[in-house]
Amino acid sequence: MSALGKVVRAGVGRRRVQTLVMTLTTMMAVTASVLAAGLLVASQAPFDHAFAQQKGAHLTAQFDGTRVTAAQAAATAHVSGVTAAAGPFPVLSLRPHVGTNDSGMPVGDRLPPMTIVGRADPGGPVDDLDLTSGRWATGTGQIVLPDGDAPFGIGDRMEFPDLPGRPSLTVVGLARSVGMSAEAWVSPAQLVALTPPGAVPTRQMLYRFDHAATDAQIGADRAAVAAAVPPGSMTGAASYLKLKLAASRASATFVPFVTAFGVLGLFMSILIIGVVVSGAVSAATRRIGILKSLGFTPAQVVRAYVAQALIPATIGTVLGVVFGDLLSIPVLGEAESAYGTGSLTVAPWIDLAVPAVALAAVAGTALVPALRAGRLRTVEAIAVGRTPRPGRGRAVRYLLGRLPLPRPVSLGLATPFSRPTRSATMATAVAFGTIGITFGAGLAMSLNDIQNGLSRRTPGAVVVQAFGAPAPPAPGTDPTGPPATPTIKPAVRPKAIAAKISAQPGTGRYFSTGQARVSVTGRAGTTTVIAYQGDYSWGSYQMVAGSWLSGPGQAVVPSGFLKATGTHLGDTITLTANGRSAPVRIVGEALDLREEGMVILTDASSLAGLRAPVLPESVEFDIDLRPGTDPQRYLTSLNAALQPLGITAQANSGQLSGTVIAMDALAAMLTLLLLAVAGLGVLNTVVLDTRERVHDLGVLKALGMSPRQTVTMVITSVAGIGLSASALGVPVGMALHDQVLPVMGHAAGTRFPAADIAVYGLPVLIPLVLGGMVIATAGALLPAGWAARARTAIALRTE
Amino acid sequence: MDAPIIEIRDVSKRYDEGRPALAGLSLEVRAGEALAVLGRSGSGKSTLLNMIAGLDKPSEGGVTVDGVRVDSLSETALAKYRRERIGMIFQFFNLLDDLTVEDNVLLPAQLAGVPRGKARARAAELLEQLGIARHARAFPGRLSGGERQRVAVARSLMNRPPLLLADEPTGALDSASAADVRELLVDLNHTGQTILLVTHDTALAASCATGTIELVDGRIARDVRAAAR
Ligand SMILES: Nc1ncnc2c1ncn2[C@@H]1O[C@H](COP(=O)(O)OP(=O)(O)OP(=O)(O)O)[C@@H](O)[C@H]1O
Ligand SMILES: [Mg+2]
Repeated sequence: MSALGKVVRAGVGRRRVQTLVMTLTTMMAVTASVLAAGLLVASQAPFDHAFAQQKGAHLTAQFDGTRVTAAQAAATAHVSGVTAAAGPFPVLSLRPHVGTNDSGMPVGDRLPPMTIVGRADPGGPVDDLDLTSGRWATGTGQIVLPDGDAPFGIGDRMEFPDLPGRPSLTVVGLARSVGMSAEAWVSPAQLVALTPPGAVPTRQMLYRFDHAATDAQIGADRAAVAAAVPPGSMTGAASYLKLKLAASRASATFVPFVTAFGVLGLFMSILIIGVVVSGAVSAATRRIGILKSLGFTPAQVVRAYVAQALIPATIGTVLGVVFGDLLSIPVLGEAESAYGTGSLTVAPWIDLAVPAVALAAVAGTALVPALRAGRLRTVEAIAVGRTPRPGRGRAVRYLLGRLPLPRPVSLGLATPFSRPTRSATMATAVAFGTIGITFGAGLAMSLNDIQNGLSRRTPGAVVVQAFGAPAPPAPGTDPTGPPATPTIKPAVRPKAIAAKISAQPGTGRYFSTGQARVSVTGRAGTTTVIAYQGDYSWGSYQMVAGSWLSGPGQAVVPSGFLKATGTHLGDTITLTANGRSAPVRIVGEALDLREEGMVILTDASSLAGLRAPVLPESVEFDIDLRPGTDPQRYLTSLNAALQPLGITAQANSGQLSGTVIAMDALAAMLTLLLLAVAGLGVLNTVVLDTRERVHDLGVLKALGMSPRQTVTMVITSVAGIGLSASALGVPVGMALHDQVLPVMGHAAGTRFPAADIAVYGLPVLIPLVLGGMVIATAGALLPAGWAARARTAIALRTE
Repeated sequence: MDAPIIEIRDVSKRYDEGRPALAGLSLEVRAGEALAVLGRSGSGKSTLLNMIAGLDKPSEGGVTVDGVRVDSLSETALAKYRRERIGMIFQFFNLLDDLTVEDNVLLPAQLAGVPRGKARARAAELLEQLGIARHARAFPGRLSGGERQRVAVARSLMNRPPLLLADEPTGALDSASAADVRELLVDLNHTGQTILLVTHDTALAASCATGTIELVDGRIARDVRAAAR
């Protein structure tokens, strides 16, 4: 065995390039697989993962502080079915003003109502918060905000000028609550200090239950808790299931394309391992013959053979796991922040399963040719190196030789035909690389188009909001319930704002939108209506189908609405409020993901008969500037005009979605990995080929083939394959993209406009098709240079 | 007399630590000579030939062929040099097995960019002259050793090189084929072709060489040209 071991080691050492390529490809394949599988598994249930890690609350309940004492609230922890509880925490809903900050927010702007919870400690048996930066608010003047969606950073200040003593709080930390139990946390003492005179804070209790898997179980749990307090004193209760649905929506959108990449990577790995091992087999057949002539048994030969493949593969696998795990940190970090839930890591079993599968694949693939080598008759095996096998593709070579091409080119073009199987595998590697880059590029372009499409709902160069920031639905409140009414000062009247905008020189077209809540006949609860006023003809969303609003009585709805209500383009729906009704006809299907697509866009006058008030704080003006107007100067002068109203205009800086950025980063990384593996596959093939043909190369050089001619020959030997492979790979990549995007859309609850999917124009396709040639050429460059530099005298000695 | 076609000055070649393959060797060869290089295995014969063909560079000294300082040429210039001034014949023929006899013979002209028609005419002429025209479309694997060596000779002469280098051209042939190749080389030399011939075969050296040198440990131990002339 030790003699055999020596032979194996000598074999590995002697073929350094090949061993290196084998190690590298295995490493790349394992890296990609670990990453893909890790992400796939991690994206499967990131919410569950984070929820379990944080011991998230199944139910977040609010009790009327005037009717339920702290002791009564605390006693609900003993209701049967409750396995853990936290609280009671005092809760206030307050509207802070922006204080001094480094986040670029206008000081003094009033913010929408914020649910502030008084909590001494971020930990606990339920809702064990992740403090992502800074520290917990323990003293006076400190506040902690949720990480992710708050525009504030650590050190920024919030003011409460309406409260006695005008308290001011500094952000000292950012925390993440998977159950979104609050929009801000302060110490209990600070909460008392913030309580307006005469007001009593609500009490919040967080529960985990024995049975909380379904809406029905949560409903029963909720009823049990409500029964433990005076009737009607539980003022609200939010189930985690709703959040879970929304969170899984985000992660579900990742799954289709990560799966696509994972499958591509898997195929690629198997292919590369197969190519590498059978390449190593055919390159060393003669060696095997020599071993057998020295007295090795067939079984020993087979073992030696498999071992020769397994040694570099094992090194590559180990490196691949390490590399894959390291890469997963930033990639999953991206995904994690996009998911907005807990920290994700590659599951340990993947770090074991992927290498096991990879090594089994190497051993399995190596076994087939190794068995062949074991059965090979010694004489034949030795003869292999001497007499070249009857060459295949001689006819092609002969015909190509007649073509009016430079000889190095025609020699290069003929090369693939003498080893059709190897050429086919190389073509497959290139094709996979091309599929990957076509798919990845298409994905990025589509995501970009979708992002642009989504941002078209605020098309103006300048935007004026009746309030500083658009109000998100308050946590813990049912978004389909009645809206929170502003408690203190009414919003600025839209008419006053419109007058200022009209009077402003440089104003081109403008319109306003405002939200109202109405019922839709046949549907429970209320639905948000966005009412358009003014010249909104230029304010079209990106349409999936149909057309944009052109007058009263029409409605445009997102795909989600059509799906949820079972309505179609051309249908008329009836909006009702205050016992009155107004029919609108659906004329268009728009791309929009807000509120799961449950919104209706219509002309404000469609709602005239309903007396459904537009929420003043939701009013927003979109202004299109006259051509030639300097936006910055316009903004300055408009802001001067708006000053007396206490509001400001903003330049519309389209925001980038974190999800899209994360998807782009992931797609780019996976595409690069795939490309690298494809390039290595080509490199390996060309190295094998060049090795085998080193003697012929020596002859050609002795006959006067120049280095340039040598490089030309080696490159044309792969460029043709590259070109034909990418001609094949590009349409497959396009088809994959066209299949995967609608699935992503489905997961996100929308249809995508055809224009966002049809992204492959000629200016994109040509470089993509040429891309395969580039992959192939890049892979061939190294061995080509090596062939050109190879010492002719030595090459000729290999006879 | 004209300047020597090969002029080697104090050339040494060391591969690694050990004894040098060539040790301060100097040699002149004149046009029209057929010089046989004899010597035991490992004495440096092939190394000398490689230096002249520009396939390898000397560690010290200079090699001038036909007025060209071969040892200082770039790879590209070397390729051009080999194409235009050198024809090489090897013990194991070194034909490309995937190309027909004709395509093998055409290669040097094609690499040099000789117009197609002209190259084919020259190839046809050489194949005819060497008596292998009927094998033009065959692949080398089908040919006998002697026939293969004829193909190699035809290929080496394709670009009318002033210098023909042969390394054991009969080493892999039976005696009848060897005699055949010997005659061929004698004929070539009679037409004025300069030949440098490396061989173990004293019969070959005696019959077709105008002079003989013997290498021992990378040095010229004997030069019997003066006597032959
Ligand atoms: N590429 C090389 N690397 C190391 N040593 C070499 C190399 N080529 C030749 N040698 C050594 O240089 C010496 C001369 O070799 P060379 O091939 O010139 O001998 P030769 O006279 O042609 O022998 P033979 O008659 O066996 O062909 C030998 O000792 C050989 O081992
Ligand atoms: Mg020799």
